[in-house]
Amino acid sequence: MAEQKFVTFVIERQDGPNEKPYTQEFDVPYRPSLNVVAALMEIQKNPVTRDGKRVAPVVWECNCLEKVCGACMMVINGKACQACCALIDNLKWPIHLAPARTFPVIRDLLIDRTVMFENLKKIQGWINVDGSWKVHEAPRQNPYTAQTCYEISHCMTCGCCLEACPNVGPQSDFMGPAPLAQVLLFNLNPLGKYDKPKRLEAIMQKGGITSCGNSQNCEAVCPKNIKLTRYIAQLNRDVNIQALKNIFNH
Amino acid sequence: MAKVKKHRILIVGGGISGLMAALKVCEAGSEAWIFSYCPFKRSHSLCAQGGMNACMDTKGEHDSIYEHFDDTVYGGDFLADQVAVKGMCEAAPGIVQMFDRMGVPFTRTPEGVLDLRNFGGQKNKRTVFAGSTTGQQLLYALDEQVRKWEAKGMVKTFVFWEFIKMIQNSQGVCRGLVAQNMNSMEIKAFAGDAVILATGGPGQVFGLCTASTICNGSAISAVYQQGARIANPEFIQIHPTAIPGTDKNRLMSEACRGEGGRIWVYKDGKPWYFLEEKYPAYGNLVPRDIASREIYDVCVNQHLGIDGKNQVYLDLSHIPADYLERKLGGILEMYSEFMGQDPRKVPMLIYPSVHYSMGGLWVDRLHHTNIPGLMASGECDYQYHGANRLGANSLLSAAYSGTVVGPEVIRWANTGDRGPELTEAELEAARQECVNEFEGILQMNGNENAHELHQEMGRLMNKYVTIERVNKDLDYCYGEVKKILARWNNIGVTDHGHWANQEAMFVRQLRNMIHYALVVTKAARMRDESRGAHFKREFPKRDDEHFLKITIVDFDPATQEPKVSYADFDHSLIKPRPRDYTAAKKE
Ligand SMILES: Cc1cc2nc3c(=O)[nH]c(=O)nc-3n(C[C@H](O)[C@H](O)[C@H](O)COP(=O)(O)OP(=O)(O)OC[C@H]3O[C@@H](n4cnc5c(N)ncnc54)[C@H](O)[C@@H]3O)c2cc1C
Ligand code: SF4
Ligand code: SF4
Ligand code: FES
Repeated sequence: MAEQKFVTFVIERQDGPNEKPYTQEFDVPYRPSLNVVAALMEIQKNPVTRDGKRVAPVVWECNCLEKVCGACMMVINGKACQACCALIDNLKWPIHLAPARTFPVIRDLLIDRTVMFENLKKIQGWINVDGSWKVHEAPRQNPYTAQTCYEISHCMTCGCCLEACPNVGPQSDFMGPAPLAQVLLFNLNPLGKYDKPKRLEAIMQKGGITSCGNSQNCEAVCPKNIKLTRYIAQLNRDVNIQALKNIFNH
Repeated sequence: MAKVKKHRILIVGGGISGLMAALKVCEAGSEAWIFSYCPFKRSHSLCAQGGMNACMDTKGEHDSIYEHFDDTVYGGDFLADQVAVKGMCEAAPGIVQMFDRMGVPFTRTPEGVLDLRNFGGQKNKRTVFAGSTTGQQLLYALDEQVRKWEAKGMVKTFVFWEFIKMIQNSQGVCRGLVAQNMNSMEIKAFAGDAVILATGGPGQVFGLCTASTICNGSAISAVYQQGARIANPEFIQIHPTAIPGTDKNRLMSEACRGEGGRIWVYKDGKPWYFLEEKYPAYGNLVPRDIASREIYDVCVNQHLGIDGKNQVYLDLSHIPADYLERKLGGILEMYSEFMGQDPRKVPMLIYPSVHYSMGGLWVDRLHHTNIPGLMASGECDYQYHGANRLGANSLLSAAYSGTVVGPEVIRWANTGDRGPELTEAELEAARQECVNEFEGILQMNGNENAHELHQEMGRLMNKYVTIERVNKDLDYCYGEVKKILARWNNIGVTDHGHWANQEAMFVRQLRNMIHYALVVTKAARMRDESRGAHFKREFPKRDDEHFLKITIVDFDPATQEPKVSYADFDHSLIKPRPRDYTAAKKE
């Protein structure tokens, strides 16, 4: 039988929000098409470091294991991505894992993304329907616009784009690219567009769209390939028009 | 006019069903407190790819609600309550309209109306879809609506809180629950007017399955051990087409076959389209139980799996690439990503996998369990799918049951016989019990690893309680799972801390999963017939004389084991007839 190969993981750990980070190394038996989450699961079964120390298993977040829930975002070999679809075969070894420090760290690779969900409230990320009861037939929609909406609606609030954006972080109040793109999603909807001015106002505030420096890092890392910079540019035009309207209305 | 009283409804689960219920509760002027393992947007509902059934009849096929009703009952091998199913099929087109108004980006036809696709076990196009991520889009729409209510102060979210158990008052009425914060480890008792469980399916009881890691069935097992009844747990759907994996079996949606995908293996050196040959009327779109059994037979009994392994081809390579991109883009990308091959060019390698539970908590038509004040909806109840669920019917049942349980919980809170509120002492006692249990787990120092034990149980369940069942094997499996329950006591934890201790929480979940495994195995052992997803080698035929009955499982506190009995149900609207997919359906 061929000798068992091992992959080494260098993991940046942290016991709590205010504790000091430290690193530990683990060897995980190699198998083809192994991904980072599956490797972390192996560590759970046998939480022993390379130097033979039995430690608490590494803590992280995951649910779907198929790149749709957004939970497992972390920094792998220096890049923000989803751990469940990061295949060992495509990564440079040893593999370095770290939490996405744009967000507060809870423990190890587990982070607190509450702010992303709060921002969805700020931008009023919903269609303001009268209720879930029967009201009227839903309007027909242009299938091409619907296709654009479908693309933006894939955003799984993973936070890769926020981690990659140089302007998001503890130093600023910039809400980041993800919620901006969501504004466009709701503005494009035939019922959602009634509230377009409100949403545009929301991102004209401090921490909104003007904080974007157009460095385009976000689009490059989005695991759902959402054309973030194109949509931010579109929003910039909408915001300018809205600003003009505001001047003339006053 | 008298002021409508505002209630507080505790809802466990932020999937499609829990959120739908929450909307109804808020619209009725009451508060919804929602508990979930994860932000609602990350709930398992979002894994649903293929679509949701509703008779929209926009393809000139004269589809009818009756046809949807009949397909569902027939597909479920006549084990579903027909009055309940009829209600669901009638409501379906309205539910689609609601989602459309909420902004779900459904795939549209050139004229801008909702497109429809084929799905298994139905001859008409009846499935609305949003590309290949329908569940994600439906869940997001409800999440957005719930966020609106949260911003208005009507919804309180307990995200990253795990439900541990329910609390009953002196009259046995469920009036609260105990939950634990997954970061701070704080254990707290909550009082409310009623509790709705919408906690999804128990896939993790089988280890490898198509479900998310949080679909552990722990919550329903916990209330089962407190006296809630389980119905039809032996009916576990095995989906015919999943990508086998070592961490998870990733689903390849039935939509692949709905859009023209073909299943084949080599026989005598030539492609053999075995489903098309044996079932000319439905071809590759026979219901899931049948497709899974045929694939199993071809691989395990006839040894015709590709490369001698348990795998067959699912082939889309004959379909134009741009059409595939538009209809199935997301999941094809997933296949390339995880398997490193392009399904637009080469056939995919797939094999059946545990996927869905038709069974779950017993509920009446208004979604009350047998415990007053405890209600259940979504995949964790047993109501709508009988012995086999048709594809694209469970997003529907999850949403529909939410629209039933929401208004009903308010009616119950207004006029039900609920007895006294929980006293401070009762709340504290329930909390303390959970604290003691948790502290006990933190002290566990044996030599078993909980994750290893889970994997072992999953292997047993997958081997003996899936596609083909044999009584002697089920007896063996039951014995082995009981040994695992005993070995649970000998677990050792390496993390003894009180901060984000996922290991200790998993140990508690595992115990509940083991109890649920016993429930499934015992119920499978007792049903000596074959019906829908339950196929027993010694009894290959459906036996209406003895088993046109729902299975009821109660927890026996004396033995700590499941007790099985049977109950009648309503099958008065469509007379049971033999289920035969080799020919077009006759009514
Ligand atoms: C891969 C896949 C594809 C599918 N595709 C389709 C399809 O195309 N069409 C279709 O109709 N159906 C499909 N299904 C089935 C369908 O997705 C599910 O049955 C349905 O979404 C279940 O919804 P739910 O609201 O009942 O539960 P879920 O969405 O599973 O939600 C459960 C909720 O409960 C919470 N929860 C659970 N336990 C606890 C606890 N102890 N404490 C706190 N919170 C808890 C979770 O956090 C979650 O929020 C698919 C299923 C899978 C696995
Ligand atoms: S374009 Fe640059 S600055 Fe703007 S959101 Fe994207 S990464 Fe951030
Ligand atoms: S836009 Fe892309 S990277 Fe950003 S949160 Fe959404 S899915 Fe993640
Ligand atoms: S676990 Fe869901 S995206 Fe990775």
